[in-house]
Amino acid sequence: MKVTPKARIAAAALLITALSSAALTGCSASSSTTSGTSTGSSTLTLWTDALRAPALKAVATQFKKDTGVTVKFVIKDFATVDQDFISQVPTGKGPDIIVSPHDKLGAYVQNGVVAPIQLGDSASKYAKVAIQAVTYDGNVYGLPYSIENIAMVRNTALAPTAAKTFDDLISTGKASVAAGSAKYPFLLGLDPKQGDPYHLYPLQTSFGSSVFAQNSDGSYDASNLTLGDPAGVKFAAALKTWGAEGILNPNITAEIAATSFENGEAPYLLTGPWNIGAIKKAGIKYAIDPLPSAGGEPAQPFLGINAFFVSAKSKNKVAATKFLVNYLGTDAVQEKLYEVGDRAPALTSAFRKISASNPDVQAFGKVGLNGVPMPSIPQMGSVWADWGSAELALIKGQGDPATVWKTAVANVKAKIAG
Amino acid sequence: MAKTASVPKPPTPDKPRQSGRASTAASRRTAAGFVGGNRGTLGLVIKIILLGLFDAFAVWLVFAMSALQMWIPLAVTVVIAGLINWIYLGKGKRLPGKYLTPGVVFLVIFQIFVIFFSGYIAFTNYSDGHNSTKADAISAIQGAAQKRVPDSPTYAVNILRKDGQFYFIATDPKGVVSIGSDTQPLTEARNPTRDDTGAGTGLAGYETLTLSQVLSDQEKITAISVPVSSDPGGGSLRTDDASSAYLYKSDLAYDQKTDTFTDGSGAVYLDDGKGEFVTSGGQQLTPGWKIEVGFKNFTEAFTNTQLSGPLLRVTIWTSVFSIMSVLLTFALGLFLAMVLNHPTLRGKKLYRVLVILPYAFPVYLSGLVWAGLLNPEFGFVNQVLFGGAQIPWLTAPLLAQFSVILVNVWLGYPYMFLVCTGALQSLPEELNEAARVDGAGPWRAFRSIKLPLLLVSIAPLLIASFAFNFNNFNVIYMLTRGWPRFSDTTFDIGSTDLLITMVYKVAFGQGGARDYGLASALSILIFLLVGAISIIAFRRTKALEDIN
Repeated sequence: MKVTPKARIAAAALLITALSSAALTGCSASSSTTSGTSTGSSTLTLWTDALRAPALKAVATQFKKDTGVTVKFVIKDFATVDQDFISQVPTGKGPDIIVSPHDKLGAYVQNGVVAPIQLGDSASKYAKVAIQAVTYDGNVYGLPYSIENIAMVRNTALAPTAAKTFDDLISTGKASVAAGSAKYPFLLGLDPKQGDPYHLYPLQTSFGSSVFAQNSDGSYDASNLTLGDPAGVKFAAALKTWGAEGILNPNITAEIAATSFENGEAPYLLTGPWNIGAIKKAGIKYAIDPLPSAGGEPAQPFLGINAFFVSAKSKNKVAATKFLVNYLGTDAVQEKLYEVGDRAPALTSAFRKISASNPDVQAFGKVGLNGVPMPSIPQMGSVWADWGSAELALIKGQGDPATVWKTAVANVKAKIAG
Repeated sequence: MAKTASVPKPPTPDKPRQSGRASTAASRRTAAGFVGGNRGTLGLVIKIILLGLFDAFAVWLVFAMSALQMWIPLAVTVVIAGLINWIYLGKGKRLPGKYLTPGVVFLVIFQIFVIFFSGYIAFTNYSDGHNSTKADAISAIQGAAQKRVPDSPTYAVNILRKDGQFYFIATDPKGVVSIGSDTQPLTEARNPTRDDTGAGTGLAGYETLTLSQVLSDQEKITAISVPVSSDPGGGSLRTDDASSAYLYKSDLAYDQKTDTFTDGSGAVYLDDGKGEFVTSGGQQLTPGWKIEVGFKNFTEAFTNTQLSGPLLRVTIWTSVFSIMSVLLTFALGLFLAMVLNHPTLRGKKLYRVLVILPYAFPVYLSGLVWAGLLNPEFGFVNQVLFGGAQIPWLTAPLLAQFSVILVNVWLGYPYMFLVCTGALQSLPEELNEAARVDGAGPWRAFRSIKLPLLLVSIAPLLIASFAFNFNNFNVIYMLTRGWPRFSDTTFDIGSTDLLITMVYKVAFGQGGARDYGLASALSILIFLLVGAISIIAFRRTKALEDIN
C-alpha cells in the first residue's frame, strides 16, 4: 500500500527521464553531425540594428540559395553593441559578423575580438579613406559600407553664394542679422555640459591643428598627441574670440540649432546628413557647401565609417568572409543600405551611381574626400572629455586660451599614460 | 486549529490545511486515499512529467559536461539533481523543502551567484585589453601577426582531400597550378583538371571538396598554412574564403616551450605575470588576458592621488544629496498627503492624480527634459519664470547642486506622497480625537501622535530611499553628467558627481578603457559604506517600534 505509489512515481519518472534524455542527446547528436559533415544547416549570426536588417534580407536569401548557409539577424541596440560584442565574443556566444562604426575597431583589436579579413583586389573598389578607417596595425579588419561626415548647410534665401572662408561666412551671416532677416549669423550645435569637439573639428583642422599625428598610411600614432601644438593654441584663441562675439554659443544645443535653421533663423548650419530630411520638410531652400577654412589650412571633418566585422571566434570564417566580400561588397547591397541610412556608400561604384541622382549625397561625399577618419585607437577615448570641456570654457570666455588648452592637453596625456 | 497530529482525525479534504504537522498527516492519508481520485492523479502526472523533464535535463547536462571534461560542475549537477529528486520523491519532513526549493534555486542563480561573481571580478584585471583567456590572447596575437606580403599575387584555390589531410590546389596569376599542404610545401601539380578560367580544380588521387564540404570543415581549412617553399622564411599561403589565397608572412613567432613570442628583430616578449606579453624594454603585445590580481584594485582606489583628493568632496556631496533628497521628498510628500487626506476636501482624486504624475515619467526622460528647461539662455525657467535672466542653473557648482536636488525632489516626492497617504489612512482616528479631547492643537497632535506613528511604518522606507539616492545614477547622469568639472584632477569628476557616477567614470570613462575589475572593487566599497549606514539606521529605528 505504502510502497506502490512511490515505486510508480519513481518508475514513471525514470521512464520519462530515459525517453527525454534520449531525445535531447539525439537532438544534440544530430545537430552536431549535421554541422559536422552534411550540408545546408550551418548558420551565420549577424548583429545589426532594426534599421539595417530589412536592407540585408534580400542578400541573405540569395546567399542561402547559393551556399545553403542561413544568415540569422539579431537586432541589437546600436549604441551598446560594441560593449556586448567585446564581452560576449570570449564566451563563444558572440555573433559571426557585426555591423559597427569603425571608431570602435581599436577597442576590438585591443580585446582580440575581431579577425583580420583579406579584401584582396576588391580593396581598390572602395574609397581610400574607408579602407584606411578599417585598417589597424597594418591589417584590414572590416568591410566598409558607408561614410558620413558634416558639411556646411546654407540657406540659399539668406546667403545666395557659398562662402570661401569662415570670415566671409561670418560677415555674410552678420549682415543678414543686421538686416533683420536672420537671428543668428551661424549655427553649430554644442552641448552646454561638454562642448562638441566633433562638430568643431573642421574649424580646428583649418588652423593646422589635429588630435593625433597620422602615419603615412593614414593610421594614427597614439604616442604623438598633437592637440597641444602651437596650431592648437591658435585655434583655442580663435574659440575665445568667437565665443565673445557670439558666433559660437554654448547654450545652443544640437536640437536648438537644427530647429532654428529649419525656421529660417540662420543662413548657415554646420551639420551632417541626419538633419537634411527635416530641413527639406521645413521647406528651406538649401545648398551643401564645402567647409570654409578659418585658419587658412584645409578644413577637414571627421569621417565615420560603418563597416561589417568578423568575430575572432567565428566558427564559420569561410562563410562569413564569402558573405562579406562577395555579397555585401556589391552595388546592390550598398545602395540598399544607403536607402535606409542616407549615408554615402563606401563602394566607389555605388557612390557614383547614387550621387548622379542625388546632389546631397554627392555634396557630402565631396566634403568627405577631404576628411580624416575618426581615430579608432583606444587612446582616443581619453581625449574627448578634456578636449570638449576646454573648448566649452573658452567659448564661455573663461580663462586664458593657452593655459586652458595646455591644461586640458596635460590631463589627456596623464590619462593616456594611465 | 488541530495542531496535534497524535490524534489522527479522518482527513477533511475540503478544509484548508492549517499547519505543517497536520497537513503531513493529512497528506499521508490523501496520498494513500486519493491516488485514484481526480486531483491526486493529475497532480501526480504533472509531478512525474516535471521531475522527468528535470532529470532528463540533468542527464543531458552530465553528458555534455563529461564531454567537455568539466568534472567539478558535473559533480555539483549530480548532487543538486539527487537532492531535488530526494525532496520531491519523498514525504514527511521533506515537505517544507518542496515549497522552498524553487525559491532557493532562483535565489542562488539570480542573487548569490551574481554577488559572488562580481566579488570575484574585483580580484581580477578584467578590463579592456584583458578580456579573455591566455589561449585566446595567443591566438589573437598570432592572427594579427600574419601580414600579407605587399604586392604579392592572388592565388585561386580549391581544397582537396586525401587520406583525411587537406591540400590547397593553387593557381597563380600566370596560370601555374601547384599543390601543397600544411606539411608539404607548394610544388607544381602535374596534369591538373582546370575550370574555364584556367584555375586548377582537381588532381588524380585527390578528392575535390564541394562548397558544402568546405563549409563543414571551415575551422580546419582557415587554419591551413601552406609554405610556398622549403625555406621557412618564404611565407605561406592561407585562405579565408576557400577560393582565393594570399601569401602571408608572420612578424611574430610563438614558442610553446618557452611561452614567448619573438619578432623579426629578435626581441623576445615574455609573460610578465600581469596578463600580457612584454619585452624587457616595455614593448607590449595586445591583447592581454584575464588573471587574478589580489587586492590591487582595492588599493588603487586609495593610493591614486588624483582620486583621493576629490573622493572626500564627492563623499560629502553624496551624503548631502541623499540626506537632503530624503528629507525634502518626505517633507513635501507628507505635507501633500496630510492636505489631500483632509476629510472635507473636494476633488481629492483629481489632486492625487496630478500629484503622482511625476512618478509616471521615466527618469531618463525627466532628466533630459529638466536639462532643457534649465538651459541658461533658452530654457523655460530662465526665459519665462525669471524674465530672460541668464542664471547658470547647471553650470555653476553650487547652483548645479541645488538644481540636482530640486529635480530629484520633483521626481521623488510622489513616492513619499503615496506611502504617507497609505500610512495616514491606516492610523486610527480615535487617537486624533483623544488628543483633541486632551486639549492638543493640530500641530501638537501631528508632532506627538501622528508623526511618531507614521515613522514606525515609514522609517524603513526612508532608509531604503536613502540607499537608493546614495546610488542615484540616472538623475545625475541625465542632468549634469556630474559636471561642472573640478579643475584640480585629471579625472572627469565634477561638483555634482555622486560616488556611483564617479565610479562609473573612473572605471569606464578613462582612456576609453573599461575596467571591470576596478569597477567591481569600487562598488564593493560603496556597498560596504551604504550597508554600514543602513545597519546603524535600522538599529535606531528599532527604538521607534517600542511606541506601538
